[in-house]
Amino acid sequence: MARTLAMFTDTSLCIGCRACQVACKQWNELGQEVPEWTGTYQNHAHFTDKTFRLVRFIEEPKPQGQMAWLLMSDVCKHCADAGCLNACPTGAIERTAFGTVNINQDVCNGCRYCVSACPFGVVTFNHDTGTAHKCSFCNDRIHNGLGPACAKACPTESIQFGFRDDLVAKATKRVAALQAMGFKEAQLYGADSQGFLGGLNAFFLLLAKPATYNLPDNPQVPQRNVVRDSVFSLGSALLVGLGAIFAFRRRGEGKESDHA
Amino acid sequence: MTTNLIDLQYADVIMATSNMAENHPVGFQWVMKAKERGAKFIHVDPRFTRTSAAADLHVPIRSGTNIAFFGGLINYAIQRNLYFREYVVAYTNASFLIDPEFKTATDLGGLFTGFDPGKKTYDRSSWKYQLDGEGNPRRDPTLKDPSTVFQLMRRHYSRYTVEMVEKICGIPKAIFEECAKLFCGNSGPEKTGTITYALNLTQHTTGVENIRALCMLQLLLGNVGRPGGGVTALRGHANVQGATDLELLYHELPGYLPMPLRDAHPDLKTWLDRETPKGGFWVNRPKFMVSLLKAWYGAAATKDNDWGYDWLPKRASADAYSHQHIFVDMYNGIIKGFLALGQNPAVGGPNAKLARAAMQKLDWLVVKDIFVTETAEVWKAPGVDPKSVKTEVFFLPAAPAAEKDGSLTNTMRLIQWHEKAVTPPGEVTSDAEFVTSLASRLQKLYAGSKKPRDRGLLSASFTYGDNPKEPDMLLVLKEINGYATQEITDKDGKVVYKPGQALNTFAHMTDDGKTAGGCWIYTGVTVEGPDGKLVNKAASRKPADDKDYLGHGWGFAWPANRRILYNRASADLSGKPWSEKKKLIWWDPAAPGNEPDKKGKWVGLDVPDFNPFLAPDAKNGDKPFIMRTDLVGAFFGPLNDGPFPEHYEPMESPVRNLLSRQQSNPVAKVWKVPDQRNELAEVGSTKYPYVITTYRLTEHHLSGVMSRYLPMLAELHHSHFAEISHELAKELGIDNGDRVTVSTPRGKIFVKAMVTHRLKPFDLGGRKVHQIGIPWHWGYKGIEGLPGSRGDITNDLSATVGDPNVYIQETKAFLCNVQKGEV
Repeated sequence: MARTLAMFTDTSLCIGCRACQVACKQWNELGQEVPEWTGTYQNHAHFTDKTFRLVRFIEEPKPQGQMAWLLMSDVCKHCADAGCLNACPTGAIERTAFGTVNINQDVCNGCRYCVSACPFGVVTFNHDTGTAHKCSFCNDRIHNGLGPACAKACPTESIQFGFRDDLVAKATKRVAALQAMGFKEAQLYGADSQGFLGGLNAFFLLLAKPATYNLPDNPQVPQRNVVRDSVFSLGSALLVGLGAIFAFRRRGEGKESDHA
Repeated sequence: MTTNLIDLQYADVIMATSNMAENHPVGFQWVMKAKERGAKFIHVDPRFTRTSAAADLHVPIRSGTNIAFFGGLINYAIQRNLYFREYVVAYTNASFLIDPEFKTATDLGGLFTGFDPGKKTYDRSSWKYQLDGEGNPRRDPTLKDPSTVFQLMRRHYSRYTVEMVEKICGIPKAIFEECAKLFCGNSGPEKTGTITYALNLTQHTTGVENIRALCMLQLLLGNVGRPGGGVTALRGHANVQGATDLELLYHELPGYLPMPLRDAHPDLKTWLDRETPKGGFWVNRPKFMVSLLKAWYGAAATKDNDWGYDWLPKRASADAYSHQHIFVDMYNGIIKGFLALGQNPAVGGPNAKLARAAMQKLDWLVVKDIFVTETAEVWKAPGVDPKSVKTEVFFLPAAPAAEKDGSLTNTMRLIQWHEKAVTPPGEVTSDAEFVTSLASRLQKLYAGSKKPRDRGLLSASFTYGDNPKEPDMLLVLKEINGYATQEITDKDGKVVYKPGQALNTFAHMTDDGKTAGGCWIYTGVTVEGPDGKLVNKAASRKPADDKDYLGHGWGFAWPANRRILYNRASADLSGKPWSEKKKLIWWDPAAPGNEPDKKGKWVGLDVPDFNPFLAPDAKNGDKPFIMRTDLVGAFFGPLNDGPFPEHYEPMESPVRNLLSRQQSNPVAKVWKVPDQRNELAEVGSTKYPYVITTYRLTEHHLSGVMSRYLPMLAELHHSHFAEISHELAKELGIDNGDRVTVSTPRGKIFVKAMVTHRLKPFDLGGRKVHQIGIPWHWGYKGIEGLPGSRGDITNDLSATVGDPNVYIQETKAFLCNVQKGEV
């Protein structure tokens, strides 16, 4: 396997220009969508089958009239332990030699297990093609020596593309620098390969708690619950069975008493 | 701009007064780099924007009070001794004595000496230096004489206290003091700061004075001509700097030469006498003017016919021909035909409703654009019966940049070449092809005319290369650059230029017809290589590196590839850098001089904006501002509205001017337009109680022609909207997403309300003033299936009023009403 590639999105450098969002649409030829009213600059409200990069605009009023406007370019995390990949029954979702997670459109049968298996709400279903869609890290570009379109278009280097280990080292330094500058809540999200989901190949530097950015604090793949939930299911089945037996027995008892 | 965007990263403090992150996101990378280096970043804006989101400090300011803000900073720097005294004494006119008759607005109730209330102009005869016996300005280097510019300036701005700034601008005292401390505290030999501005300062009836106030602050803090300093003027779109340099303007000829006035400049000699100053680099103006005329009229231009000066059109008045004048004249039936090339005034200009009504009165209208714009379909604008419009409209499809060769000059004077990537489809042509073919057709129509006024058109050549239908753009660039019209030899008879050879520098231009050049400041952009072929420096692409952080190998920055203007000011009087940290150019006494037995030269990290062999101790060797007659930076700088910027309220304001009884700029231009098409709200109007500002968004471009037709851009904003504070929304019962009516005496529009914490009402000494904001990208054309790509025209709300120097509109601050629903 080749060295793992990654994208590091440093939200402290994001200016919300959405060049990434447009570059993604343009390169991947994702079609026109009618936006919904979100009440802010953000469009769209969620990832869609035609929006793989999404800049989030989060207004945070502070005491004494000051405020923060948190800007964050969100994308598929290409998890080391990927829920979508685990759930895919046809093998359409594959891990590439670079460590990214890709949906092979020719193999996808549209079962949508991946849609519900993604802890981030990234994978979406396209009703025209009948298949699941998400960011591929610009699979065609990275296999031809080019970075993803979003990273290429970013004017402030908020989105950086490169080898994962290099980027993690850089991100670790950056977060320390920001903390020293007074950004007390500055933190990395998904950089730790020992952490949740085995680390994210698209990881982030956040300036506030993950929940502020609509990110789960401790995301998990649903599959991890299979064994535990199976035990619960077996237990439940046993209880239902036992209950039924008791119920029938009592019903029998009742009948007998009727005769009595 | 005086500086270079790359250089922003070395600033210790950056104050954006414009919305730079949203409107100049690519250039903004250098602000982020500066921040990574530890620079402080301040954003001054009525709204909390994406630029504020990146700032260490957001300073909310009521629209239209910029001079009060800058004046407050000037006063703060002087009172607390935070100015760079050595720089100010040596490199500016602070120590010059002014005519004792002159009085500032502090003594004359908001006016300066010489105001004529009848004519609404100033008699400027006392706005001048005191001269000594030899005709030089009298000076007091101690800055103590009450007649010094410094003392007059101090007195003028003494009224601009922190408390006054709070009451006028609505900036809380603590925030203003923090801002002043951060910005003024980061100057001196070891530190520099820069200020960005854009239309936020220009689009006011005090537009030019706003910018002067900014420049004065920068001079006072010693920030001009130094690394990490300067005035960062951010131009509105890709080539607006190029359009200014080549003067697609009404009052200047290419290279900032004044456009002749009919009465003041009847012949070339008068023009040269009046427009050539006695000192500074503009003493060369005759060379640039004659070379320009030679470039335009070629062999027909001779000494005997004043190089064709008579053929130039002359202005009948200085108060005419600006964008706003044109549309008023069009509405009044004076202008009958109109060519709109890549412009969409039906949406983009002030009082757009008037502009559309004016265009509907034309005999003919030609629109050349990349999409069928609102201007092209002005005859079927909403509410107009097409049958009632007699205008004949021609639409010509235009090629965008990727379909043609050419250059763009960006905000930092950087000329960058672009090559044609694809051939335009069908009958689409470039603007250059259109202009040259139109000109040659007109020449055929006028062939044989003996009228003197047609001589110019018939003498000019519009052929560039072998194919008259397809101009070779490199040859256009060469004409702009300048070339020898005949062999030029040096004093020893050695050939310096062959006939037709491109000039290397504007220093070689002459006023005897031996050189031609279409825009002197661009000279050097293309030169002849050793093989005799043209080397196009605008196409060079060597990125900046550690040895050349300013990237002199990338494109060509006018003039002479200088990246930071007035950079002599980066060194002290003796020619040494003010500090090691802030070095840029310096005098090297050991370097070989310009003659074999002489030593000494200016060297360093940039091309000196100075005579490279003029020693610091030589006459004028310590005067960096070479474009000015007196060679120093000007605190005292007479404009039509005064030698010092003074705060006046916008033409429409919710409050009285607290600084003086003079409510608005006394010499501003207010057009009288028939049919109640330019009515203004009164001061403190109850019918129109809210301040409104208009602006752009990152996702859209200007009037939307390059963005509303592209789904991936147009869908990024749901639809046209107004940003409204929670406080105002609550007062009016408006919820986020409600349709609202925004109206002014000129018009009304329906938009969605975006209720946000990013706008807050201003507290002006106990009085609450609400401000709303509306972007102006929308119009009645757009994309099928994307209803939000169409919307009402924001500029229907703005007025036809102008700054008295350049007649720019006041679209950043006026009054409106907001009502819930479509009223």
